[in-house]
Amino acid sequence: MTARDTDWDGVRLHVVTGKGGTGKTTVAAALSLALAHASRKVLLIEAEGRQGIARLFDRPPLPYAERKIAIGLGEAHDGRDPGGDVYAMAIDPEGALLDYLHMFYGMRTAGVALTRLGMVDFATTIAPGLADVLVTGKATEATRRKQPGSASGFAYDTVVLDAPPTGRIGRFLNVSAEVSGLAKVGPIRAHADTVANVIKSPQTAVHFVCTLEEMPVQETLDGIAEMRAIPGMQVGGIVVNMARPPVLSRPELKAPPDLTAMAAALGAAGLYDPGSLAAVLAGELGEHARHIELADRERAELGATGQPIYELPLIAEGIDLAALHRLAAELRDQGAA
Amino acid sequence: MNPRLDIDRITDDRRTRIIVCCGSGGVGKTTTAAAIGLRAAERGRQVCVLTVDPARRLAQSMGLTSLDNTPRLVDGVDDEAGGSLHAMMLDMKRTFDEVVEAHADPARAAQILANPFYQSLSSSFAGTQEYMAMEKLGQLRRSDEWDLIVVDTPPSRSALDFLDAPERLGRFLDGRLIRILTAPVKATRPFGRVLNAGLSVMTGAMTKLLGAQVLRDAQTFITAFDTMFGGFRERAESTYRLLQAPGTSFLVIAMPEPDALREASYFVERLAEERMPLAGLILNRVHSSITGGPVSGGPVSGGPVSGGAGFSRLSAARSLAAAETLEAVSQNAGGASEAPPGYSAAAAALRLHAERMNLGTRERRVAGSFMSAHPAVPVIEVPALPDDVHDLAGLRRVGESFAWNS
Repeated sequence: MTARDTDWDGVRLHVVTGKGGTGKTTVAAALSLALAHASRKVLLIEAEGRQGIARLFDRPPLPYAERKIAIGLGEAHDGRDPGGDVYAMAIDPEGALLDYLHMFYGMRTAGVALTRLGMVDFATTIAPGLADVLVTGKATEATRRKQPGSASGFAYDTVVLDAPPTGRIGRFLNVSAEVSGLAKVGPIRAHADTVANVIKSPQTAVHFVCTLEEMPVQETLDGIAEMRAIPGMQVGGIVVNMARPPVLSRPELKAPPDLTAMAAALGAAGLYDPGSLAAVLAGELGEHARHIELADRERAELGATGQPIYELPLIAEGIDLAALHRLAAELRDQGAA
Repeated sequence: MNPRLDIDRITDDRRTRIIVCCGSGGVGKTTTAAAIGLRAAERGRQVCVLTVDPARRLAQSMGLTSLDNTPRLVDGVDDEAGGSLHAMMLDMKRTFDEVVEAHADPARAAQILANPFYQSLSSSFAGTQEYMAMEKLGQLRRSDEWDLIVVDTPPSRSALDFLDAPERLGRFLDGRLIRILTAPVKATRPFGRVLNAGLSVMTGAMTKLLGAQVLRDAQTFITAFDTMFGGFRERAESTYRLLQAPGTSFLVIAMPEPDALREASYFVERLAEERMPLAGLILNRVHSSITGGPVSGGPVSGGPVSGGAGFSRLSAARSLAAAETLEAVSQNAGGASEAPPGYSAAAAALRLHAERMNLGTRERRVAGSFMSAHPAVPVIEVPALPDDVHDLAGLRRVGESFAWNS
């Protein structure tokens, strides 16, 4: 096993959140690949029932069961370390409820009866906090699960949770507060407290995925503030996704383009009608410059939080397994895993 | 080829009374709804925009500084055509409280409002927002103070949640669990024995799961709530019928990106099943024209328009090849500084252009599969803007991209 410093040594549950459309699921998947190095076993959990993970890995829809889905990034590229296993599962409140009843009370038939009677609909409708406790409960159970004989003593070295979007993350993770209004005592309260002990501990970090645009950045800042207000909660890194690197240096981008020189260059490259093409390209370059300027401003706002920032490039062709590996390597090189 | 969506024709038609903007999260629903409302107001309609979760600066631009659940007149709107714009942000809890107060006598209302289950239900995100958006829409429509209401649907995981909310409420209210919890007496009727057995397993399991106190709270809440369920449900259903009425238009908003368009596809199919009137699809943040119509350099770009003649002719492949040629010349000359002027800028611009064309190809492919699956759905493209929109001028520019002859 290779000893390597990462920014999150000691974290065993990585919670990944982000505004819709920022690529939260993609980042969670890439992070799990990056974490599965040196034969480490990682569980990637989808909490929102979108089956985005299955699509990313080009698999049939994930069931409520832990299945091996991929092999992580190896430490060395010469095949000496082939990387650990990435398992994945999709958690839905219904499955989590049945699991909970079975695991803690040995009640399987009663659970099925409850489902048939609409217990789950009931729980999610009347008290969504209960559904959240069941889902986070499963994630923390997988994190705590022991496995004698494994190197770490745990069934999984790390768990990555593809969590609900930033707008709902506080409510989702702050389970004991959510439940305490409903249940002052009793088993669900005790369960919520166990869950909270894992989530509000140095074992857990909450990472934010965002793009360098105003609204996602604002939501990220709000989300971080919300997490910091919850005692014991550890804010993780900020993953800037779909970043577009500048094509020229910033001073070059600032200077107005020399249209005549550009037209001459385009003509020399054998392009037709270089004059009007230069005007078009200069327009695109100007738009790019404005984009970079805005992105720099947003990046500075994120930087002011003091959290580590990781930056992943935009992959124009779309995300496939190869792209996930590329993003995973980026995360690892930048110290996120 | 899909027909082009003509938003001005829809908003100019006085028979259009409600426009619902739907789509999955992060596709620009709120901005689009606000832009449509502003444009319609400046073309002479009395508009109210009902928004659920606007970005702070967008809300401020419309004068929405707090959640006060009342439509506010938006300043700075051109009223030459006789129109006006009001906007409001939904306060979900307050709307719910008002519904309770309207349907229960004061003592019972107070009992419900104080119940922990009610408090959890009314302030939670999942589902309640949709019921309340629906409820508020019904209220605004019944008040008849506006001749056009533009609704921005809640930022749900799925665009379908908005349509499913009333039905889910109904299913919940009709659920056997509720019946059992509210009316244990009925268990002595025929089938009572079976129900009784089921009931004891059930309550046993629920007590284990929730604890006796939670169960009692739930029972109290449901019993108190039961009397007003009927009225509540009727209202949800009447609002649902309103959505099927001829004066309603649904606009589906998506980005040319697989997840958003998959959601849009589900939604389009669902609207057809529900006989709800789909007006069309707004493809937001498009980088190069998909339908072949002009996607201009964007309403905000003042400089040379990137949709010009040379734009569509120069392919990514030729662009990259030319960039490589220029870079090779630079290298042979001994570095960028030694190369003729303009070479490095031109090479960079060509690479950028190639990237843009590739992105365009991908967007066309993704949007193409939506459009071939739904060939009759009118589509309009809104170009990607480099800046976020957070003032009326920005909203106006987005609105201009809806214009038929842009």
